[in-house]
Amino acid sequence: MRPDKQQIARIKAALFVLALVPLARLFWLGFTDNLSANPVEFVERSTGTWALVCLLVTLSMTPIRLLTGMTWQIQLRRMTGLFMYFYACLHFATYIWLDHWFFWDEITADIIKHPYVLVGFTAFVLATPLAITSNRAMMLKLGANWKKLHMLVYPIAILAVLHFWWLVKKDIREPSLYALVLSVLLGIRIYYKRTQSRAHKPASKAQLNQQH
Amino acid sequence: MLIRRKPDVLPSEITSHEVYQDRRQFLKAAGFGLATSAAISTGLISLPVQAATDIKHGQKIAGFRKTAFGADEKLTPFDDVASYNNFYEFGTSKGDPAQHAGSLKPRPWTVSIEGAVKKSKTISIEDIFKLAPLEERIYRMRCVEGWSMVIPWVGFSLSRLINWAEPTGNAKYVEFVTLADPMQMPGVRVPILDWPYVEGLRMDEAMHPLTIMAVGLYGEVLPNQNGAPMRLVVPWKYGFKGGKSIVKIRFTDKMPQSTWMKAAPEEYGFYANVNPDVPHPRWSQKTERRIGSGLFSPRIKTQPFNGYADQVAQLYAGMDLRRNF
Repeated sequence: MRPDKQQIARIKAALFVLALVPLARLFWLGFTDNLSANPVEFVERSTGTWALVCLLVTLSMTPIRLLTGMTWQIQLRRMTGLFMYFYACLHFATYIWLDHWFFWDEITADIIKHPYVLVGFTAFVLATPLAITSNRAMMLKLGANWKKLHMLVYPIAILAVLHFWWLVKKDIREPSLYALVLSVLLGIRIYYKRTQSRAHKPASKAQLNQQH
Repeated sequence: MLIRRKPDVLPSEITSHEVYQDRRQFLKAAGFGLATSAAISTGLISLPVQAATDIKHGQKIAGFRKTAFGADEKLTPFDDVASYNNFYEFGTSKGDPAQHAGSLKPRPWTVSIEGAVKKSKTISIEDIFKLAPLEERIYRMRCVEGWSMVIPWVGFSLSRLINWAEPTGNAKYVEFVTLADPMQMPGVRVPILDWPYVEGLRMDEAMHPLTIMAVGLYGEVLPNQNGAPMRLVVPWKYGFKGGKSIVKIRFTDKMPQSTWMKAAPEEYGFYANVNPDVPHPRWSQKTERRIGSGLFSPRIKTQPFNGYADQVAQLYAGMDLRRNF
C-alpha cells in the first residue's frame, strides 16, 4: 500500500478529527454531568492517558517501517507527536488549574517531593522543545541536530510510563500494559539496529527525507 | 464517655448553596455552549440529557434516631457516595464496586466473634442489629488519596457490640476481617492484595463513641459497594481503616497487621490518623478534594484528625504521630 498525495491528505484529515474525539468526549461528558463523582481526576486521567496513547502511536511508525518496509505512515508522525503534546498540555493545565488552582507553592512542593509528579513534569518539559521544533523551518535550521534533539522522545516515553506506574497504588496491570507496548516498540528498534547490516534492509534515510 | 455535641465544622468551611449552584450553572453553561455547537453539527442535539448515574437505592431503614453530628455539613450526593468507591474486592477502579457488587449476598450474614472475649461465638447480622439502637451520624470521610465526602451513615456504636462480647483483660486490639469470597467478589480472584482485607484498631479507639459500625447510609440499607451489610467507620482516620462487609471480629493482645501495612509498610501505618502534617510518600495530605463539589472548585484544607481532634487527640497524647502514622 502506497497512498498518493491526495490520499495522504485525506488520511491526515481523518486522523486529525479522530485525535480530537477524546477531547470532544470530555466536553460531552461534562455537558451531560457524566464526568464521574470526581470530575477533576477524570479529566486529569483521561488527558494523561491520551497523551500517552498518542506518544506510543508516534513511536510505532518506525517499527512498522522496520517490520513491513512501509514508509508512508512516517508522514503522520508529526501530527500524532503534536497531539501527544496537545493532550499533555491539557493534562498539565488540568493539574495546575482545576486540581491546584495556581497555588504555586503547593504545586512546586508537589513536583519536587513526589517522584511520580517529578517524572511526569520532566517528560512534559522535555517534550516542549520537540513541539517547538516540529515545523519544517526548524527542521531545516537545526539540520543534523534536529534528529539528535528529537531522540529525546525515548526518555520522554520512559518517563511518561514511569509517571503512570508510580501513580497507581497497587494494581499495576494498566501501567504495565503501556510499559509492555513501549518495550516492544523500543525492542524492535534495538533488534533492527543490531542486525541492520544483515538481511532485512530498511528504507534508506535519503528515501525518508524525500517524503517529508 | 461524654459525646460532645458541638458542631465540628467551621461555618466558613461550608460551601453556601448559592455558590454551589452558581458553580454548577457556570459549568453547565460553559459545557453547553461548546457541546451544542458540536452536537448540532453531528445531529446529536435531539438526544435527551442523561442522568449522571443510575445507582440503585436500597430498602429504607425504619426507626433510627437522628443525631447532631455534622448537622450543618453539606452532604455528598447519594449517587456519588454509592458510585465512587475503593473496594478492591470488586475491582480497583472507583466505578468497579458499583458495577460489580451486585453479586454480593449480604443476607444471610453472620459475624464470628473470636479471640480474647467471653462470648466467643458466631452472631447473625439480625441479632447484631438488636444489640444497639440505630442512629444517623453525619461524618466526614477522608480518603488517603486526597479526596473526601460527607456521608450520613446509619449505624451503632461499636462499643455496644464490644461490651456485649465481653472482652477479657488480654484484649488490647481489635482486628476486623472482611469477606473474601471469589464467587461473590471478582476482585479477589486477582492477587492484588493479600486477601482477606484486614484492619485493626487499638481497644480505646474501638471503644471511642465516634467509632461506629455502619449498616446504612442516607436512611437506606448500605449499598453492597459501600460494604453491606456492615462496615467500620472511624471518621478521624483515613477511609481505608473502615473495613467493609465484615465477617470476623477478633480481640487480641498484639497489634494486628493490616492488609495495607503488609502491602506497603512505608506508605500505610497502623494508626492512619488523618494528618495534614504527615505527607504520604506519593502525595501531600495538606488538602483534599470534596467529592460532589464539581469540576471548578478548589481543594479544601485537611484538618488534623479530620476535624475531630477535640474528641480524639487525647487518645494519642505523648505519641510521636510522625512515626506512628
